[in-house]
Amino acid sequence: MGYLRQTVLALAAAIGLAAPAHAEKTLRAVMHSDLKILDPIWTTAYIVRNHGYMIYDTLFATDANGEIKPQMVGNYEVSADKLTHTFTLRDGLTWHDGQPVTAEDCVASIKRWAAKDSTGQKLMTFVDSMEVKDPKTFVMKLKSPTGLVLLGLGKPSSNVPFIMPKRVAETDPNTQISDFTGSGPFVFKQDEWKPGDKTVYVKNEKYKPRPEPASGLAGGKVVNVDRVEWRAIPDHQQAVNALLAGEIDFIEAPPHDLLPLGLADANVKAFDWNPWGNQYTFRPNWLHKPFDNAKVRQALLYAFNQEDFLKAVVGDAKYYKVCNSYFPCGTPFSSEKGMDGLLKSNFQKARELLKEAGYDGTPIVLMHSTDLAVLTNLAPVAKSLMEKAGFKVDMQSMDWQTLVARRAKRDPPNAGGWHAFLTSWVSADITNPIFMGFMNAGCEKAMFGWPCDETMEKLRDEFAHETDPAKQKAIAEATQVRETQIVTHIPLGQWYLPALMRKNVSGMVAAPAPVFWNIQIQ
Amino acid sequence: MFAYVLRRLLATIPVMAIVAILVFLMLRLTPSDPAAIIAGDNANAEQVAEIRKRLGLDQPILTQFVIWTGKTLQGDLGESFFFKKQVAELILDRLEPTVSLAFLTIVLAVLIAVPLGVLAAYRQGSWLDRIVMGFSVLGFSVPVFVIGYALIYVFAIELNWLPVQGYQRLSLGVAGWLERLILPSLTLSVILIALIARITRTSVLEVMNEDYIRTARAKGQTEGRVLRRHALANAAVPIVTVIGLGVAALIGGVVVTESVYTIPGLGRLTVDAVLARDYPTIQAVILLFSLAYVLINLVVDMTYTFFDPRIRY
Repeated sequence: MGYLRQTVLALAAAIGLAAPAHAEKTLRAVMHSDLKILDPIWTTAYIVRNHGYMIYDTLFATDANGEIKPQMVGNYEVSADKLTHTFTLRDGLTWHDGQPVTAEDCVASIKRWAAKDSTGQKLMTFVDSMEVKDPKTFVMKLKSPTGLVLLGLGKPSSNVPFIMPKRVAETDPNTQISDFTGSGPFVFKQDEWKPGDKTVYVKNEKYKPRPEPASGLAGGKVVNVDRVEWRAIPDHQQAVNALLAGEIDFIEAPPHDLLPLGLADANVKAFDWNPWGNQYTFRPNWLHKPFDNAKVRQALLYAFNQEDFLKAVVGDAKYYKVCNSYFPCGTPFSSEKGMDGLLKSNFQKARELLKEAGYDGTPIVLMHSTDLAVLTNLAPVAKSLMEKAGFKVDMQSMDWQTLVARRAKRDPPNAGGWHAFLTSWVSADITNPIFMGFMNAGCEKAMFGWPCDETMEKLRDEFAHETDPAKQKAIAEATQVRETQIVTHIPLGQWYLPALMRKNVSGMVAAPAPVFWNIQIQ
Repeated sequence: MFAYVLRRLLATIPVMAIVAILVFLMLRLTPSDPAAIIAGDNANAEQVAEIRKRLGLDQPILTQFVIWTGKTLQGDLGESFFFKKQVAELILDRLEPTVSLAFLTIVLAVLIAVPLGVLAAYRQGSWLDRIVMGFSVLGFSVPVFVIGYALIYVFAIELNWLPVQGYQRLSLGVAGWLERLILPSLTLSVILIALIARITRTSVLEVMNEDYIRTARAKGQTEGRVLRRHALANAAVPIVTVIGLGVAALIGGVVVTESVYTIPGLGRLTVDAVLARDYPTIQAVILLFSLAYVLINLVVDMTYTFFDPRIRY
């Protein structure tokens, strides 16, 4: 320790400012972003989802194998006709203010979530009624059977159906909540929340974890630290410096190029908390020529290859995987059906398709995001491969937030609109045809890019109606085959980004979101 | 004097009005959408439109401007789009780190640069003069963030004398406050030291050949007294001017330094607000910086009468 620090600590001890004899166990973490918004239903931002997992609990949760397991629910029954689902809460669930969690809270929370989340909206088209039977039990009656009940209520990523007190859940879904009482394993310290500086959580002493060991987002949420502080350090280099100096304990998302610097230190280790990883994706805009033509979009499927993108952005093969599937490899519906010969950079085939489509050389306005390291090199690779296939490409560089605003515009590309952009999805968000937002081909109701295809929508409806996992898989494969014909988007490979942490931190659970239960500090 | 100050204060009104109009228009005309950012990456167009409506961004620009101007004139800076907090509250919360950083930077810069500049002038052409001037060129040329990283590497990582980042509030103890501000202040002061030392040298050199310096020496005064009482006092006006300009220039430096050292001050608030397109916060912070700039210039002008009694307003 440096002389100045020793002097300062000695001085602090002398005037009684030193730490108390029984020091708290505090985990100091740097997350991928600063927490500015606190309502995980109002926004889909991942940092707010992570905040949700700290202070709220869920009725069901996805385990390490991708299976949905009960979390707040103690008993779950489905009638023989699959139309009546009865949920009973387990014993001992209380809010942070000491009040018991009730079935009324759950019904109100599901309604608010379903008003915002696309899976929730779809689920509600099947729901006839939700009624409270007793303080711990509620019944969901369906108009027709669906597999979305568990898929929705156990949804692991944005928007997660977090359970909130009824008084909070009755807030208009389009208005942010202002009461942050949860029933989860941590309590949010609103008085210590300083956006741009730190967010503080303390252990919820009243929380009763499930008896099973933690697995993914399911199982016992046992908290072994007294306090978790999310420190806002926007500069990645400084975050690693602070980790090396022992000023922080954990970095959620260090850039790939800084991993060797961190791992060169004997006190630092890496842990891949998100084993499903992330998927790079190319999104064409169906509204404008030439991408209004399926053959032109198919030409992209032939022109691209995943390895080029992954090498250019991630670099180290340890941290990426070529995955010839729309559904991420390692997730239940992953399959290579229909993908033969695609994503192999077959430029001749791509040129043939462009010729058949009558592509007239219209320049493709390709939006290039320049400020996020994990995305920056994607567009230049896409441009190069597209040009080899015979496209003309007008790559326009901008920061990510400008891209986000521009992609919402339906205007023609030469009037402020766009033809294509590239992004990345957390794999947990795209594990089935309902979760996968880019697969929605509902025309006006689809996400930006606005694909429009009745067959795809019928297949997605079939998936929603199906409850048998084997049949769900067959439908998911059919959606993938349909994708290769209509091309709403193109998967460009999976990538992984481990967290860096001090070696005295252990027990982190591998899950689709970074969670802080189970963690121990020696 | 009073009439002059009053005139200058009144002149700030049109300046602030122009700044307000420019900032408001520039934000609205850039291709960005706070609603899309707030909604998150997975949001659909309907969700984004709903948020836009809630924020009032669906209204015509003129209507938005009239509403914002009216509120600002009543002292209401509005609510941040992101933080769900009043902008005034956010600014007050971030004021202490920035004022602390600026204060320490100025103190360091003046304490180091003025003696260096005077010595360089006194020893014109010597190795000391060359070193000071060489340092000045370096100080001007190297970007603030490079200086910051270099200091962090040496003093925080290699020597482990000082923390890498962060800020401790003054109310929690002077020692911790000072410990965390030394490196950022040093980083930010390098360019100011270079600027002030150079101007001090030039100003002192200009007066060193004046008759009153020769007279002071002839009266047998020590060289130190000659430099302090006669040379420096008469060279003060340009030095004070450049210190004033330096304080104003700190605004830009604070933004970078606070980002590098993770200091939750107004500079970081500005960066965060710009990246998030948090219009109310950006508008308020830029208005505040502009006001500070105007007032610092006014204070500098008024100090001239103190250093040179011949100046009258």
